[in-house]
Amino acid sequence: MRSAALALFLREWRVTRRLGGGAAMAVIFFLILITIVPFAIGPDPRLLGRIGAAILWIAALLATLIGLDRLFQADAEDGSLDLLRLGNLPLELVVLVKCAAHWLATIVPLVIAAPLFGLLLAMPAAQLWTVTLTLLIGTPALTLLGAIGAGLTAGLRRGGLLMPVLILPFTIPVLIFGVAAANAGQGAGFMPLHVPLLVLTALTLATLALAPLAAAWALRAGAS
Amino acid sequence: MRNYANPTVFMETVARWLPWLAVATTTLISLGLWMAWRAPPDYQQGDTVKIMYVHVPSAWLASLIYMVMVAAALGTLVWHHPLADAAQRAGAPLGAGFTLICLATGSIWGKPEWGTWWVWDARLTSVLVLFLIYLGLIALWRTIEDQVQAARLVSILTLVGAINIPIIKFSVDWWNTLHQPASVFRLGGPTIALPLLWPLLVMALGFTLLFVCLHLMAIRNEILRRRLHRLTLNAVQAPASGFSMEATS
Repeated sequence: MRSAALALFLREWRVTRRLGGGAAMAVIFFLILITIVPFAIGPDPRLLGRIGAAILWIAALLATLIGLDRLFQADAEDGSLDLLRLGNLPLELVVLVKCAAHWLATIVPLVIAAPLFGLLLAMPAAQLWTVTLTLLIGTPALTLLGAIGAGLTAGLRRGGLLMPVLILPFTIPVLIFGVAAANAGQGAGFMPLHVPLLVLTALTLATLALAPLAAAWALRAGAS
Repeated sequence: MRNYANPTVFMETVARWLPWLAVATTTLISLGLWMAWRAPPDYQQGDTVKIMYVHVPSAWLASLIYMVMVAAALGTLVWHHPLADAAQRAGAPLGAGFTLICLATGSIWGKPEWGTWWVWDARLTSVLVLFLIYLGLIALWRTIEDQVQAARLVSILTLVGAINIPIIKFSVDWWNTLHQPASVFRLGGPTIALPLLWPLLVMALGFTLLFVCLHLMAIRNEILRRRLHRLTLNAVQAPASGFSMEATS
C-alpha cells in the first residue's frame, strides 16, 4: 500500500509540474493578482502596508482554488479514476496523496514567493514572516476544501465557476483566522499571535481529517 | 416514514391534507397580521418594529429549512428513501427565498434604525453566507443532468455544509468582536414585551406552516415532473416499437 501511495504521489508530482504551465503558473497568477490590487486602490504605501496581509491571503485563496478544478477531471475523463477506485489504495488516501502532491508542487512555491511579493505591498519586515507562516499553515486546508469541490464536479464537462461558488463560502473561517494571525501584533494588535494561529492549525487539522472522506464520498457518488 | 416511500401513497395523503394545511396557514398568518397591526408601537422604534413580524419568522425558517435539508440528505444517502431527494430539491429554493426575505426585510429595518442598509455585523454576515450556500446547492442541482447522481452529490454538499455552518458562525462572531467590540446591534434592546411577543409567535407558526405547504406542493410538482419525463421518454420510444410490430405482422 505504501508503494502504491508513493507511486501515485510521484505520478501526480510529475503531472502537476509538467502539464499546464506547472508550478510557475500558480506563482505567476498570484503575482498578477497582487499587481492589479494597487491599480484598483491606489499606490499609497501606508494603505497597502496596512492591508497587505489581507491581499496576500485573498490572492493565495484564489490561486489555490482556481488551480484545483481539474484535480480529478482529467482522471475522470481518461478513465484512470476508475482504476484508482478499483486499486487497493483506499480512495480517501488517493485524495490525500493527490492533494499533498498538488500542494507541494504548486502552493509551496507560492508560499515561498509570498514574502518577496509582500515587499511589493510595502509590508513591514516583521509581518512578512508571520504572513508566510500563516500561509504555510493555512493553505493545506484550502487545498483540501477545494478537493471536495473538485470531487463534486469531477464528472462535469461544464464545471466552470461552479467549483469556486460551492467552496468559497466554506473557506471563510480559514481566511478569517489566517488574516487575523498575520495581523496579530501589528498596529492595533491587542492580540498575541498564538491565539489565531492555534485556531488556524486546528482548522487545517480538522480539514485534513474530514475533507478526504467527503471528497472520496463525492467521487464514489459521482461515478456510479 | 416508510409508508410514504410509495409516491402514490404520498400524493394521496398530500391531496387529502393540503387544503386543511392551507386554510390553517391563511388563518394563522391573517390572525398574526391583525395582531401585529393591533400591537402597540415600540417605545423607541415606533411602528418600524412591525417589520419584525416578517423578519424574525423568515430568519427562523432560514435555518430550519437547512435542518430539513440535512434530514433529507441523510434520507437520500443512508436510507435511499425515494422521496428524500425530491424533498431536498424542493427545499433549496424555499430556503434561499426565506433567507432572501430575511436579508431584505432586515435591510429595510436597518435603514431607519441604524441609518444604514447593511452592516458587516456577525449575524448579518453569517446569514449572507447561508444564502450563498443555498445558491451553491441550487447551482449544483441545475448543473448535473443525471438526477439520481445530482441527488447524491447535493446531499454530500449539504452534509459538508451542516458541519461548516456552525464553524462559519463561530468564526464570524469572533471576527466581528475583533473589529467592532461594542456593536450597535442589540435586537429589541430590552426583552420583548408580551403584547409584542404574542403576534410574533403566531406569525412564526404561520410562516412555518406556509413553508410546510409550499414544500409539500413543491415535492408533489417534483414527482409529477419526473412522471412526465418518464412518459415523454416512453412516448418517444413508442412509435418505433409500433412500427416494428406492424412490419412483422
